[in-house]
Amino acid sequence: MISADPVFTRHENRPPPPRTRTCISPTTEPAWVRRTLIGIVLTLLSLLLFAPLWAVFAEALGDGIAAALASLGNRDALSAIRLTLTVAAITVPLNAAFGIAAAWAVTKFDFAGKSLLLTLIDLPFSVSPVVAGLCIVLLFGANTTLGGWLVASGYPVVFALPGIVLATLFITFPFVARELMPVMIEQGRAEEEAALTLGASGWRTFLTVTLPNIRWALVYGVLLCNARAMGEFGAVAVVSGKIRGQTATMPITIEMLYNEYLSVAAFTLAAVLALLALLILAIKTALELRHADALSAIRKH
Amino acid sequence: MHIEIDAIAKEFGATRALHPVSLSIPEGALVALLGPSGSGKTTLLRLLGGLEFPTSGRVLFDGRDSTGMSVQERRAGFVFQSYALFRHMTVFENIAYGLRARPRALRPNRAEIARRVDRLLALIQLPGIGSRYPSQLSGGQRQRVALARALAIEPRMMLLDEPFGALDAKARKELRQGLRDIHDQTGLTTIFVTHDQEEAMALADLVVVMSMGRIEQIGRPADIRLRPATDFVRRFVEA
Repeated sequence: MISADPVFTRHENRPPPPRTRTCISPTTEPAWVRRTLIGIVLTLLSLLLFAPLWAVFAEALGDGIAAALASLGNRDALSAIRLTLTVAAITVPLNAAFGIAAAWAVTKFDFAGKSLLLTLIDLPFSVSPVVAGLCIVLLFGANTTLGGWLVASGYPVVFALPGIVLATLFITFPFVARELMPVMIEQGRAEEEAALTLGASGWRTFLTVTLPNIRWALVYGVLLCNARAMGEFGAVAVVSGKIRGQTATMPITIEMLYNEYLSVAAFTLAAVLALLALLILAIKTALELRHADALSAIRKH
Repeated sequence: MHIEIDAIAKEFGATRALHPVSLSIPEGALVALLGPSGSGKTTLLRLLGGLEFPTSGRVLFDGRDSTGMSVQERRAGFVFQSYALFRHMTVFENIAYGLRARPRALRPNRAEIARRVDRLLALIQLPGIGSRYPSQLSGGQRQRVALARALAIEPRMMLLDEPFGALDAKARKELRQGLRDIHDQTGLTTIFVTHDQEEAMALADLVVVMSMGRIEQIGRPADIRLRPATDFVRRFVEA
C-alpha cells in the first residue's frame, strides 16, 4: 500500500546528491561576508583604539624623550600624579568593600525596598558627574551651614581632598557591585548553606566560600573602578576648584596644560595615565595566565 | 538520634509551605519523605537541618527541644540536591572543610584530618581522588563526595535532598545500594527527600507520603502499597 504512494516512489527515484558538494557549518556565513565583517571591525578598532593611543604617545614624545621627562619633573605634574594615586588608593578599597556588601545584600536576601536600592546603586551611571559634583558643592560648600562649620573647624571638604574623594566614591560606586551581582545570582546560596551545615560561622563561610567564588568578578570590578577613579573628570572638576599643585588631579592638570598650549606636558601626563591603565590590564592578564587552571576548573563546574 | 517533630508549620509570606505536621522518627531509621514537587518535603528537611525556622511548632532531638538551635549546632550531615560541592576546593579540602571549621579546641590536627579524609574516601569507594576538583568528577562521584563531606563532621543525623535526582538510571541504582550500606554501617538516623515512589519503597524503612504541605500517610513500604490511607496515596503509589 505505502510503496504504491506516488510521493514515496518519486523519492526513491531521486538521484543521489553530488559527491563534490562542500559541507558548510550551519552557523557560519559565506567567506566574503565573514571577511567584510572582520575587516570593518579591524578598521574601527584601529581608528578608535590604537590610533588615539599612538597619537598620545607620539605627541608626548614629539620633542624627544628628554623634553617629555622634563615636563613630568614639574612640581605641578608630580603633585597631580600623587593626588590621583592617593584618591584611587582611598576610593577603590572602600568601593570594593561597599560593592561586596551591596551585592551580597541584593543577591542573597529578599527585603522590602530592594528595587529602590538597585536603582540607587545605578544612580551614578544615570546622573551626570557634573551634577553629582554640584550636589557636593551645594551640601559642603563654604557658604552653607554644614560647609561653613567644617571650614571653621579646619576640615574643608570642597576644594580639598575630602571633596575629591567623595565625588570619586560616588561616581565609581556601581562598578564593583554591578560586576558581582550576576555572578552571585548565578552561584546561588547552596554552597554557603553547605558550609553552614558543616559548622562554619557566617564570617568563615564568607571568607572561605563566598569570597573565593567571586574573586575574579571582584578583580574585574576593582579594575574598572580603579580606571574610572583615576580618570574621573567632570565631578572632580566641579568640587576640586582646580587649584594647581593642590587639588588638580591628573585629568584636570592635563586639561589645564592643554588649554595653555603646553602640548608636550599635557600629552606626557596623558601618556602616564594611559600607561597606568595598561599596567593594570597587564596585571589582570598575568593573574589570569597564572591561575588559568583554577579558572577553567571553576567555570566548567 | 531520635527525632520528634511536633506540629511544625512554615509560612513564606502569605503562602503556607507546611501545615502543622507531626512525625516521630526512631533512632537509626532510614526514612523517605515522598511526594510531588510543592508537597513541602524539602521545606521539612530544611527545617530539620536548621536552614529554615518554623513559623510554629517544635522539633525535639533525643527528647530535647531544639527548635531554635542554630544550623551549626545541629550537626546535621546535609547533602544538597546538586551537591553544592565547593568548586574552588579539591575533593580533599571539601571533605576536610567541616573538620577545619571547628573551634581550635575541638579541631583535629593536620595528620588526623588527613587520616579521616582518607578513611571517608575509602568508605565511599573512591580512594585516591582527593586531589581532584569537583568539575573533574562524574555526577555519581560528586554525590559520593558530598556524602563523605557530610559524614566528616560526625553528624548526629543525615539529611539528603533528592540525593539521586541528578543521576542517570544506572548510577542511581548503584548509589542507592551505597547509601543503604553507609546507613547500615554508621547507624545514623537518615532522612531523604524523593519524588520517586519506587526509590522510596526500595530504600527506606519508613516512608512519609506528603502532598500540599500535609502528611498523607506514614508507614512501612509494604503497608503503604497494600493499604494506602487516602486516594492521593493510592494514585501516587500506583503511578
